[in-house]
Amino acid sequence: MKFFEDIRVGETSEIGSHTFTAEDIKTFAERFDPQPFHVDDAAAARSHFGRLCASGWHIACIWMRLLIDRRRHEDDERRARGEPVAQLGPSPGFRDLQWLKPVYPGDTVSYGTEVVETRPLNSRPGWGMIFMRNTGVNQHGEPVISFISSAFVERRGEGRQTP
Amino acid sequence: MPRLHWEDFSPGQVTDCGSRLITRAEIVAFAAEYDPQPMHLDELAASATLLGGLVASGWHSCCILMRMLTDNLLADASFMGAPGVEEVKWLAPLRPGERIRARATVLETRASRSRSDLGFVKFRFELFDASDKALMTLIVSPMFGRRSAALASEASAQRGDSK
Repeated sequence: MKFFEDIRVGETSEIGSHTFTAEDIKTFAERFDPQPFHVDDAAAARSHFGRLCASGWHIACIWMRLLIDRRRHEDDERRARGEPVAQLGPSPGFRDLQWLKPVYPGDTVSYGTEVVETRPLNSRPGWGMIFMRNTGVNQHGEPVISFISSAFVERRGEGRQTP
Repeated sequence: MPRLHWEDFSPGQVTDCGSRLITRAEIVAFAAEYDPQPMHLDELAASATLLGGLVASGWHSCCILMRMLTDNLLADASFMGAPGVEEVKWLAPLRPGERIRARATVLETRASRSRSDLGFVKFRFELFDASDKALMTLIVSPMFGRRSAALASEASAQRGDSK
């Protein structure tokens, strides 16, 4: 993770793609979101979705996995160059999550992030807060998910502190 | 036909959506797949943060909540999904061994402007720990089918009307 002071509003990052299979869609949904249209082909066909589609939570969780994989990769590269690595702290939450189009089996979603705000925290001198607009786009170029996340990011030069 | 339709919800209604025990094993299993940060995977690494020990991923909390809401409320209703989520706040960490409780509170209801067969119900969903501390809140306006549309559909099917 970059240090808070080095993060600029408007910075974007492509964090990777994922293809959703029917099996994975059903496995996730059976566990966490067992709506008929996420677990059963026949029920999904009768629903307003028209066919089996992924839980919106599944679409979001894949974003999280790809983000952490990307951060870990970037941090490994920083360490290899002898550069310091900032801690990514907890998130207080997210807002304005939109599930814009269904994600069907065989769809590939490509995810990206854009920094929309950086906020110094007077109450927590070692940390700042960043806000990102995160999006996923399917193989047809259609946005399928969008939301604004937030997270604590360590500031440089204050020493290791916890938020 | 499900028991609950859009017309059955009204502001102020509170539904107890069950309780369950959260285990270390499931926290780590979810994190390994969707949120592989040290504070969700490794007790030693987590103890070095303010969180003081292993905690569940916020996305895991969302998924746990979704499952409890489905089992205790949505499965018995004409639930049609949601176009998105207005906000999620992760207020306090969810730790292994915690016995959590879920609750649904109706904030408002509104008919769809474009479709006569469904309406929206705005909820505040909450997860609490055993001491009644709120761990997370989620504000969302899912869609529910209207009873009038369901009854008309049933009558049509019984008459053998073609679609």
